[in-house]
Amino acid sequence: MEKLRSVEEFEELQDRLVSDQDPSAPTIVIPAGTCGQASGANDLIRVAKRELLDRGLTDKIRVRITGCHGFCEAEPSVLVEPSGIFYPKLDVAKMVRIVEAVRDNQVLEDLLYVDAATGKRVEKQCDIPFFKSQVRTILARNEKVDPIRIYSFIGNGGYSALIKVLAKDTPRWVIEEIKSSGLRGRGGAGFPTGAKWELLGNQQNGQGKFLVCNADEGDPGAYMDRSVLEGNPHSIIEGMLIGGYATAANEGVIYVRNEYPLAIKHLVIALRQSRELGLLGKDILGTGFSFDIKLVRGAGAFVCGEETALMQSIEGKMGEPRQRPPFPIEKGIDGKPTAINNVETWANVPVIIADGAAQFARIGTNGNTGTKIFSLVGKIRNTGLVEVPMGITIEKVVTDVGGGAPGKAKIKAVQTGGPSGGCIPVERFDLPIDYDSLTEAGSIMGSGGMIVMDETTCMVDVAKYFMNFLKDESCGKCFTCRKGIQRMHEILEDVSDGKGTYDRLDLLEELASVVKDTTMCGLGQTASNPVLSTLRYFRDEYIEHIEKHHCPAGVCKALITYSINDNCTGCTLCAKTCSEGAISGTKKQRHVIDADQCIRCGACVTVCKFDAIEVT
Amino acid sequence: MITLTINGLEVPVEKGTTLLEAARFLGFPIPTLCHMDGLSPYGACRLCVVEIGEGPKAKLVSSCTYPAQEGLIVRTASSRVLRARKMVLELLLASCPQSKTIQDLASAHNVRQQRFRQEHEDCILCGLCVRMCKEQMVAKAIGFRGRGQTRSIGTPFDIRSEECRLCGGCMYVCPACQLRCTYTEPEKAVCGGCANVSPPCVEKEQFDDMMCYMTPCVACEIQE
Ligand SMILES: Cc1cc2nc3c(=O)[nH]c(=O)nc-3n(C[C@H](O)[C@H](O)[C@H](O)COP(=O)(O)O)c2cc1C
Ligand code: SF4
Ligand code: SF4
Ligand code: SF4
Ligand code: FES
Repeated sequence: MEKLRSVEEFEELQDRLVSDQDPSAPTIVIPAGTCGQASGANDLIRVAKRELLDRGLTDKIRVRITGCHGFCEAEPSVLVEPSGIFYPKLDVAKMVRIVEAVRDNQVLEDLLYVDAATGKRVEKQCDIPFFKSQVRTILARNEKVDPIRIYSFIGNGGYSALIKVLAKDTPRWVIEEIKSSGLRGRGGAGFPTGAKWELLGNQQNGQGKFLVCNADEGDPGAYMDRSVLEGNPHSIIEGMLIGGYATAANEGVIYVRNEYPLAIKHLVIALRQSRELGLLGKDILGTGFSFDIKLVRGAGAFVCGEETALMQSIEGKMGEPRQRPPFPIEKGIDGKPTAINNVETWANVPVIIADGAAQFARIGTNGNTGTKIFSLVGKIRNTGLVEVPMGITIEKVVTDVGGGAPGKAKIKAVQTGGPSGGCIPVERFDLPIDYDSLTEAGSIMGSGGMIVMDETTCMVDVAKYFMNFLKDESCGKCFTCRKGIQRMHEILEDVSDGKGTYDRLDLLEELASVVKDTTMCGLGQTASNPVLSTLRYFRDEYIEHIEKHHCPAGVCKALITYSINDNCTGCTLCAKTCSEGAISGTKKQRHVIDADQCIRCGACVTVCKFDAIEVT
Repeated sequence: MITLTINGLEVPVEKGTTLLEAARFLGFPIPTLCHMDGLSPYGACRLCVVEIGEGPKAKLVSSCTYPAQEGLIVRTASSRVLRARKMVLELLLASCPQSKTIQDLASAHNVRQQRFRQEHEDCILCGLCVRMCKEQMVAKAIGFRGRGQTRSIGTPFDIRSEECRLCGGCMYVCPACQLRCTYTEPEKAVCGGCANVSPPCVEKEQFDDMMCYMTPCVACEIQE
């Protein structure tokens, strides 16, 4: 790779790369992010390449290996361009057929995606309900670029936002553009990014400034940042370069959790390539602007995502939040002014600059512009990463994108915001998803976790689960965070054990609000959300546990009994499965469960083919 | 100079003054536990919370760590503060009932009930000992490790630290252990165990239930 010495040289390269592309050439796109690889994408890639070689099709059909496209449930999958045909849940044999079909310009009807709602097969990705209701500004770019090839990124318009900024040559313009786009931080708090940059730009202490990309992503089950890092690492680099130019910062840090090896690998490659091309480092494209980025691997504690803890961790200290003020913008890493933004925030920056702030602001609602990626999981038909315009209602995400409930059980709530988010009941599904509405409803946006819950989810158990997580993840400095969470967990445990009382419930509520009030960082301040929101919307479930010693969802083990009803055919399967030997009965006769021996593991329910085991 | 308002009184203070210092200067009492003059503020116990700001933006912050800011409005005894303070004390009492310091604070603030399951912890992780050791004794023999419920105080690798000079400073400042060793010598409020050449706790069996946060104890070197 030859180092580019001027903007003109870059533009020449980009023009060449763009004209080299043949949009009509058939291309097999294989998403191979961590999720794709886990479900077997690597085998598909191997087979696809071998088939093309064997059949001498390498000039006719191309293969593009990309990051995650979001429909993780359908992986390993293939998207065929330019036709847009989508094949879900593939294996090696099917891949061979697809190569043939692409060669012959055919569609394999039997491999197409089946829409569960209508039972019909859908040919094109863009017609699949999961994709149709999304606005995929960020994720769609994952489909286009091969993350380990900088030329692929540049050929798709990459780094042209940076060029635009360099050509304007007024940092002020960039800040104004970001401000008028209305972009708010995607890491959770929703702080306006333009305002943050303006504050950093105004800092004059002559010792240099830092920009940080927060890629800690500690929420269990959330992986939208991972998908962007893996699928489009250069978009983060470009975003940070633009940020650096706008705020006169020269040092960048990407703080990424060590549990993301593929993301780290792609970032390392991307950083190396952009440095080699002269897009990163000293005197970028001969413009005199210098900016370099280093990668710091985090130890993977949830609390290290909090900005002051993250800075401590970057400095090599224990990842513990510290008192603000002074805010990082004044005194950050090594005492230098520092602005921290989330991965998704950075990924939006080049989009805003390239398409214009006005275009960006057209998506979403007033005060909540652009799109947001959520990781949609739980009791829902379509799981995966979904990118929707801000302000879309929960209802739309759950029914249109998510496809509604997968089984008979009715959906009753969604939990947003990760471990310290809250649960929003189905009656409030008309709520628009934006920072302010979610907060008002007792939850938070967080970094975009969205867990769908149905009648088989016990809300006491949900609150208990999150307290258990936070009990270990609180840094432990604030007494009320460390002890308060432990005590909330203790009370919830009592409730789910049938030992709850009304007095203890009041105590729980009182404690939850004091924990919220008296803790120092965002973790403690939001830790009560799971408790307070479930108490607010699902108090009747708590009361049922306390008063009737009954868990309506059939989850809390101490409060449920397993029994066998008339449906039993005496197949003996359950008796064979029970590890405790709690089920007895003769062949072809109704079996019985000894409640004393039963440990309520539910193994029998899973094996019974006749719906004969009841949980009450 | 910075001017702020505490409980309705305007007070000019120097830059870098904490809310706690400013309030105490005016004579407003604020209980503290993890704060000690001469040691850097840490903000662990949350007992010193005060309310700042107004309207929906009002919030509680720990006064020992929060720097005074121009125009800040501070309330040291609002109902929100009092409610939080009582809960903090109730939690402390539930975890560490043997501490004289905590008992005194609780009774001074009229905490008459303790509704949580009783525990007997030997450390509330206030960090006084760590700061004492580092900042006054310049030894850095002990520190925090772990997070969440496994957070604890100890020496590196849990062996007696070369850095420790048995000064007993850590024990002197500990709010949780003041009653620990008075049990053999009740007239001594502080045992100075670390400094004691023949500490009272050598016969391990006899004092098995005596709580000591450093295992193995830097003083008596009884290995667990
Ligand atoms: C406990 C805790 C965990 C957090 N984890 C993350 C995280 O994993 N990723 C992230 O971008 N922000 C996280 N944040 C938010 C950051 O502190 C910070 O607000 C954010 O990175 C700012 O970037 P933004 O303005 O682009 O959102 C976390 C905050 C808290 C309190
Ligand atoms: S609120 Fe919790 S996580 Fe945050 S600094 Fe305090 S103890 Fe640590
Ligand atoms: S006794 Fe040892 S650990 Fe304690 S303060 Fe003195 S030097 Fe530090
Ligand atoms: S040992 Fe004592 S002084 Fe040290 S942190 Fe624990 S309670 Fe505080
Ligand atoms: S005295 Fe301020 S937090 Fe402990």
